[in-house]
Amino acid sequence: MATEIRTGIRKGLGPSDSFFSQEVPLVLYLLLSAALFALGILVSLSSAISFTVFMSIELMLNAVNLSFVTFAHQWHAVKGQIFVFFVMMVAAAEAAVGLAIIIAVFRARATLAVDRID
Amino acid sequence: MHLILFLLFAGFCLGGAINLLLQSHPINSALSLIVVMTSLAVLYLLLGAEFLAAAQIIVYAGAIMVLFVLTVMLLIRRARRAHHGQPHLARRRLSRSGDGLRRDCHSPAARTPDGQCRTAGWHHLHGRLSRVLFHELLLPFEVTSVLILIAILGAVALARHGHGDPHGDSERTGTK
Repeated sequence: MATEIRTGIRKGLGPSDSFFSQEVPLVLYLLLSAALFALGILVSLSSAISFTVFMSIELMLNAVNLSFVTFAHQWHAVKGQIFVFFVMMVAAAEAAVGLAIIIAVFRARATLAVDRID
Repeated sequence: MHLILFLLFAGFCLGGAINLLLQSHPINSALSLIVVMTSLAVLYLLLGAEFLAAAQIIVYAGAIMVLFVLTVMLLIRRARRAHHGQPHLARRRLSRSGDGLRRDCHSPAARTPDGQCRTAGWHHLHGRLSRVLFHELLLPFEVTSVLILIAILGAVALARHGHGDPHGDSERTGTK
């Protein structure tokens, strides 16, 4: 397994790949996913509006989905894509319930700021 | 060509995410999140996941973000009206004790997919996808549909809680 992973990484980062080659190094996808996840954490910690916190959670879920699709592409296995499908469904359910909770909290507290909810 | 497309849409993704961080108004954040999700759909296409790209457009950029934008536009206007018209209302509400809102973020457990069908191409991707989804993972699929049904019921129950008094913010302060 370790040698396969090493081979995959070497294939993704191969020095023979020119800049305009057909294959995109898969590590770039993972770096983009990590950057999106870090930005999601940053937004969720720094934002004061409950909507933005909720949207940053969706952003983090999308970043994880990108990692799943990248690994599924590397291993040529479709189960990673199935997991992304399940994550999407759970995110849809979460968005419905979460927005209903935000509306209920707004009705009770008349504010959208997370610091003033409790 | 793939690299140019990747760099272009990865730039869109990062720009949208940074814009999400920088914008103060939630509607601008929601629009930049739509940019991020659409760019991610193009990246899924580059990775050979056509079904997920379509699902990303339909489910995320279509359904979820429309829900977000609709709710933001609904609540921001009411929040502004409440802020300008009744400035003392929020302070009065804050004095009441109440339970806090706890939100859990379930990040999916990272599982390594097994390396089956490594030699096969991606020509019959949808057939393999549906075979895995409806044979091996049929029970999680059905459980997910039950989860969505429960989520819809919960959302309707939460929305019906204050049904009947759309302007009932000031009236309900005395009763609760």
